[in-house]
Amino acid sequence: MAKVLVVTSGKGGVGKTTSTAALGAGLAQMGEKVVVVDFDVGLRNLDLVMGAERRVVFDLINVVQGVAKLSQALIRDKRLENLWLLPASQTRDKDALTDEGVGRIIADLRTKFDWILCDSPAGIERGATLAMRYADEAVIVTNPEVSSVRDSDRIIGMLDSKTVKAERGERVEKHILITRYDSGRAARGEMLSIDDILEILATPLLGIIPESQDVLRASNVGSPVTLNNAASAPARAYVDAVRRLMGETVTMMVPVERKGLMNRLLGRRAA
Amino acid sequence: MINLLRLISGRTASAPVARERLQILLAHERGLRGQPELLGLLRAEILAVVSRHVVLDPEKVVVRMERGKHVSTLEVDIEVPNGFERSRAVAV
Repeated sequence: MAKVLVVTSGKGGVGKTTSTAALGAGLAQMGEKVVVVDFDVGLRNLDLVMGAERRVVFDLINVVQGVAKLSQALIRDKRLENLWLLPASQTRDKDALTDEGVGRIIADLRTKFDWILCDSPAGIERGATLAMRYADEAVIVTNPEVSSVRDSDRIIGMLDSKTVKAERGERVEKHILITRYDSGRAARGEMLSIDDILEILATPLLGIIPESQDVLRASNVGSPVTLNNAASAPARAYVDAVRRLMGETVTMMVPVERKGLMNRLLGRRAA
Repeated sequence: MINLLRLISGRTASAPVARERLQILLAHERGLRGQPELLGLLRAEILAVVSRHVVLDPEKVVVRMERGKHVSTLEVDIEVPNGFERSRAVAV
């Protein structure tokens, strides 16, 4: 049965789009049929991170308004044949999305895909509430930083009250994904630890993505982190998270960068 | 180990401060979250009970919650029209 998963956070810039692309590609690499849907109307970026920005013809709003068919708006990934993208509109504003229209599209996507990953915009306005509205599961992307944790708490409250599942008296299955984590700084007491975050948010952990240059490098070339360099620390962390989404039990750990000998000697970071 | 590092660097760890500030703040915000609905419910039920005995203007019933550091107060302000005694006599 299809699963609708929203990738959300409240706060901007914590890694929702990066995580949507990486988790989507990771699930597709495991053989699942996946669509990633950009809900950030007016500020779309998932197409850019996925490297499909020049192939966008129709978008989510066009489909909601009946201007285009769903099949016309879906873009198939060039690297993975079972990965698709439904882009957001860049020119319209978020009010063009309606609850009923989104419900119709999600219902349609459910018949065609195993996973529907909804990339939420930042904030708690219409775009964010509609991205989570029909979710079965939620990944709350959180940085080890006070403002991000506070916003995640707010979003958790919304997932428990404003979704269709919550209104039916059911629960959206929630997971915390910690990104930009620096285990050195956490050990020195300079950064909130994993335990601190989980205790405060009282929500199970899906994965820990280490702070890494590979994330920027992947977005620079328009490739999900898991595809761009599968051996990199963040890619391995995302693959572990994907396995947990698929129901596997994977030991929780923070993958570390494998630095080359020369880099280590010179203390230099490859750019 | 961490304490030793701190002694050497002369810096205090800021993460425990972050954690404590968050815990206090979120305890407060989570309390506020359900509140509008709670107040609406209280207002409706108080109005229903009082209306059984007194004819009231629903607009004149105000329910307010003040949150203090140690205790919170629930303030109920009901404006009763002057015909109050008569309407009660009818009810009894």
